[in-house]
Amino acid sequence: MAKITSGLGTSHIPLLGYLMDKGESHLEKWAPIFKGYEFTKKWIREQKPDVVILVYNDHATTFDMKLIPTFAIGCGESYRPADEGYGARPVPLVKGAPKLAWHVAESVILQGFDLTIVNEMTVDHGLTVPLSMVFGEVEEWPCQVIPLAVNTVVYPAPTGERCLALGKAIRAAVEQFPDDLTVQVWGTGGMSHQLLGERAGLINREWDLAFMDDLKNDYEKLAKISQVEYIRESGTEGSEMVMWLIMRGALNHEVQEVHRHYHVPVSNTALGHLIYENASQESEEEKAL
Amino acid sequence: MNNQQKPYDNIPGTTVFDGDMARIGFHLNQFCMSLMQESNRVAFKQNERAYLDQWPMTEAQKTAVLERNFSQLIALGGNIYYLVKISSTDGLSVAAAVSTMTDLSVDEYIDMMRRGGRSPEGNRFTDQGENKPSEESLWQK
Ligand SMILES: [Fe+2]
Repeated sequence: MAKITSGLGTSHIPLLGYLMDKGESHLEKWAPIFKGYEFTKKWIREQKPDVVILVYNDHATTFDMKLIPTFAIGCGESYRPADEGYGARPVPLVKGAPKLAWHVAESVILQGFDLTIVNEMTVDHGLTVPLSMVFGEVEEWPCQVIPLAVNTVVYPAPTGERCLALGKAIRAAVEQFPDDLTVQVWGTGGMSHQLLGERAGLINREWDLAFMDDLKNDYEKLAKISQVEYIRESGTEGSEMVMWLIMRGALNHEVQEVHRHYHVPVSNTALGHLIYENASQESEEEKAL
Repeated sequence: MNNQQKPYDNIPGTTVFDGDMARIGFHLNQFCMSLMQESNRVAFKQNERAYLDQWPMTEAQKTAVLERNFSQLIALGGNIYYLVKISSTDGLSVAAAVSTMTDLSVDEYIDMMRRGGRSPEGNRFTDQGENKPSEESLWQK
């Protein structure tokens, strides 16, 4: 049976991909950013996930104002990195996991989540930057990817409660899939940032750190944060943080935080990153007794 | 939500890209989206006015594009992820475009970010005084 073993949260700031593509990520001045992913690169080589369900948002790249799906799951065979106006990132083609993706889509729709199904699309920095930060520069991505695109561009983004519940539904779906697969769920985006208005440049370090603290055990509380509160406290673009709640919902109640990284600024944004491993299945079953 | 007080109206220096903004900004944002294609970027740069005239945008929107007036473009329904397609056509960074909406120069803005960004203190409510609207924060407070 397929199994979700771990999850991670990470910002997906375009500058990170840009620096890697230019071959500048090793420069000393960027060390405070990239050092925080060294552990991750070792960790992922041990974990060897077969499939990553990658929760991200499109930034007016693939979806424009014609079509704004709140949740869209990629069921295609592969996805090309998008040209976001400077030419496509020189990173490998993203291989899909259509069989599992369709299974997840069918299962979560029947569980009450009306997902949009996408068979063909390009993927922007929201999806490819996390892959680069975690796997580094590779010839081929060493796993299959199921893109799960969430609207965070047009107000309102889905609620935290809905995102958490979707994560739980995804977990139930994956656990019913017959193939033996190791699956991870990644939540990306954030942390605090605002790219517009006189208040542009807002960063709320305290908020971000408290969010990372509470995500481990008090995620039900985080799920109640309203869209307005995200915007007020962590900036107009801070509402991307709901995507981390999908990741959290897909994991066991008991998780171990095995890594954390926080750095301000990366261009206009606060960078956050953490890794959770599911506590052993047994302790989870004990809990249920 | 027309003509109604919105719960985010009292966040200073902030325009939330909601349905009302999306509606008035539709053609503006779709124009921006067209700049994702190299051939369109070339056509736009060759004759900006003529290119803009192909879009059913308001005169005010067209003028704001020509002037690269980002504050005005936001007010007229532009979304920042769309608007940065104009500034990247100009070869400008996101920070360069974003900083024009603040009271800081690009260098001052970048310096502020290096020092940890703009503090939320004093930037949460338009009225920070005793009339501060009560909002139930379900977290932290
Ligand atoms: Fe984003």
